[in-house]
Amino acid sequence: MTTSPAVPQLSLQNIFVGYGGPMVVRDVTMEVEQREFVTILGPSGSGKTTLLRAIAGYLRPATGIVTIAGTIASNERTWLPPERRQIGIVPQEGALFPHLDVAGNIAFGLRDKKKARARVTEMLEMVDLSGLEKARPHELSGGQQQRVALARALAPAPSLVLLDEPFSSLDASLRFDVRTQVRRLLADIGTTAVLVTHDQEEALSMADRVAVMSAGRIEQVGAPWTVYDDPTTLNVARFIGDLVELPVTEMQGASAHTAVGWVPIRDHSESESSSGRVVLRPEQLVLVAERGVGPDPQGVPGTVESIRYHGHDSLTSVRLNDGPLVDVRSAGGAGVAVGDVVRVVVTGTARMFADPVV
Amino acid sequence: MVNSMRPPLLLIAAAVVSVAVAAIPLLYLLVRTSSAGWNAVVEALFRDRTLETTITSVALVTLVIVGCLVIAVPTAWLLARTNIPGRAFFLVIAALPLAVPSYVMAYAWIAEFPSMSGIGAAALVMVLATYPYVAIPLTAALRSIDAGHEEAAQSLGLGPLAVARRVSLPLARPAAAAGVLLAALYTLSEFGTVAIFRVDAFTRVIYTAYRASFDRTTAAVLSLVLVCLALLLVVIEARIRGKSQRWRIGSGVSRPAPRQQLRTRGTVLGVAWLVGVAVLSLGVPAWSLTRLLLESQRSELDIGELVGAVVGSVSSSMLGAALALLLALPIAALAARYRSRIVRSIEGAAFLGHALPGVVVGLSLVFFTLAVLPAAYQTLAVLAFAYAVLFLPKAIGSSRSAIAHVPPGLESTARSLGRGPLRAWCTVTGRLAWPGIAAGTLLVFLTAMKELPATLMLRPTGFSTLATELWSRTEIEAFGSAAPYALTMIIIASVPAWLMGRWLARSPETAPSTDRVDDEMVRTDEVAYVGGVR
Repeated sequence: MTTSPAVPQLSLQNIFVGYGGPMVVRDVTMEVEQREFVTILGPSGSGKTTLLRAIAGYLRPATGIVTIAGTIASNERTWLPPERRQIGIVPQEGALFPHLDVAGNIAFGLRDKKKARARVTEMLEMVDLSGLEKARPHELSGGQQQRVALARALAPAPSLVLLDEPFSSLDASLRFDVRTQVRRLLADIGTTAVLVTHDQEEALSMADRVAVMSAGRIEQVGAPWTVYDDPTTLNVARFIGDLVELPVTEMQGASAHTAVGWVPIRDHSESESSSGRVVLRPEQLVLVAERGVGPDPQGVPGTVESIRYHGHDSLTSVRLNDGPLVDVRSAGGAGVAVGDVVRVVVTGTARMFADPVV
Repeated sequence: MVNSMRPPLLLIAAAVVSVAVAAIPLLYLLVRTSSAGWNAVVEALFRDRTLETTITSVALVTLVIVGCLVIAVPTAWLLARTNIPGRAFFLVIAALPLAVPSYVMAYAWIAEFPSMSGIGAAALVMVLATYPYVAIPLTAALRSIDAGHEEAAQSLGLGPLAVARRVSLPLARPAAAAGVLLAALYTLSEFGTVAIFRVDAFTRVIYTAYRASFDRTTAAVLSLVLVCLALLLVVIEARIRGKSQRWRIGSGVSRPAPRQQLRTRGTVLGVAWLVGVAVLSLGVPAWSLTRLLLESQRSELDIGELVGAVVGSVSSSMLGAALALLLALPIAALAARYRSRIVRSIEGAAFLGHALPGVVVGLSLVFFTLAVLPAAYQTLAVLAFAYAVLFLPKAIGSSRSAIAHVPPGLESTARSLGRGPLRAWCTVTGRLAWPGIAAGTLLVFLTAMKELPATLMLRPTGFSTLATELWSRTEIEAFGSAAPYALTMIIIASVPAWLMGRWLARSPETAPSTDRVDDEMVRTDEVAYVGGVR
């Protein structure tokens, strides 16, 4: 399918989807550019799989317009069934057809049966499983099954591939390898992809852009580092990565005073209310040993309560003398012990959010 | 997984048509009864004979229930929870009576003991024919009790007997209750055995009223009373079955409870019990039949008649099975994938067939054809239709569970790969479920071969089947010449048990399931259904 570069591969406008009760997907609007890899990240129950099923055509949105490569797939009047959308799908756990061998699975969506054989060989080469044409799905390992499922989805050369938590059934060590392979493969053949996951590491490491979903809405769409470093809502900040949330006690211009001292606020507008909370990442905090500080000591004092050591980094929980508990991330070991008196220094800028309505 | 989407309208329409067609006998019976006028109905209903018949039927059913429990509980306990030798062998022995149509068993007994008659004789034979419905699920349930439950009870200070009484048996109760109700339903609908022993239960009285007198209102009213009783049993059975499913939550990996180590005396008593049950349920019929067969060589066996009966049985049953499949598929496809009020009521209506005894369907279709379609009266088509209505629940049950075992994700993936709804269903769901669908159809075919009362009432003039030939010979006490027909019948009836066993042994590969526990339970259910409710 050739389209001019200006046309997005997938466009969603004001999509609402429900199952007869309350809407599960609410007012989703987003676009996916050609050759882009977008992940939809959200906790279970956030509506991300429902959204994916609506894009695939398994569900009809209550309202809204789904446009695929410039063609309307679904709006109030028209609705293309899944078999006419030319979208490749890699379902959870692969879902290979158990009554067909690997070649039969990959050839399932191919119209031209004469060229099917060559295409199957080509696809198997691509996913690095040459020679397994005659294998049955239950003879394959989890990672192999997942790659066959990908080959099956890609065999008819779809312009868009949807991946529904495809790696969640793999064990951790395998997951990393398969992820890397899949990402490289999709980039090589230039297929647009939308991947749904609840695994933030997966979402951040694979995507060109991440869409964070919560309670049926897309809260933020952006590059992985943008949603991590610069979340636009408290929900997004809380869902991605570890968080230090501190109430603001005083404002001075664009600086907020908190339990860890003065923090410069990004994109602060004067009109915003002065009460709220500041969110920081644990790596924005630095530990300084209490002994050997000069007459004008930096940071605020506290006591180490616990240390979680992960090898490449460690998270140290410090009970500040003022009361709150904060997490500090250090590369490698923290070099302190439980009970040590330390000082916590804040670096960089932070975002401030109004207190959530309880 | 059950799809939460709205089912396709076309599928619902097809299922509704199926149910409507299958409901013709019951609906027409209602029409026929009400057209007789209120006074006639009341008069028939409050005749002494109606009350007597009800008492007889209820008494027979009660005796059979008690008898089944008396035989099945010790048998199941021995097989499931002790180290008694030859368990695998005795388990097969416990299932085998299902392969003998109950009126064949009654025929074998009366040929051996010609003085047998009355409610006691009928109850004895019905117990021997139906106790597997209780024993087999009960054995499975006792086997599947988690050791953890019993150990917990022991740690709380209960002795072995108290554990059995307060933990193990209550856990197995739903399985036993469902089995007992199945046996009760079977007894209520049974015609052949009741007629052979001259017990005036509903089925015999209805048949006699239809044959002997021109007062068919009585037959119709009694039929409705019988249907109500059967309906009551079906509803209770369905309730208990549903409850038992809720009881096996928390599957996980369970450890089977240990078997009790029997001492010498216990082993001898246990084996004696199992052998005794086997002698009564299989030994006597086998002995009687062998003797009759050996004797019948002297009398004349008309091979032509036997072949004619086989051809009649096969052709009518095949037609019936095909029709049942046609009616069952839309309902099964709908019920396996969708859950809504409409779907539930369609499925429920289809399962009402369980509560329709053959006598009732036969009678109603006689009325229906005579009044509405005189050209169809006593044609093969109407007989096949009766089979389809009677055994529709079997075809649905088997197809439905097979379709439900195919992950719906496979079908939607096939859609995304460019196949339309019908093609995706046929190449993926239908293809993967076909062993189950075929087994269901086969089950209908083989059960239809054994059907007696509806066949007697609806068959074309001069048309004979194995069941009708056996019947007419038993009626004139020509037991010897009936033997070859009984033997042929048993051979045919054993086929479903054997094929079903093979299919069930193979099915996990064909239809992968993540929930093995559930799988096992489905299989126990289906084995219990092999013999059929009729």
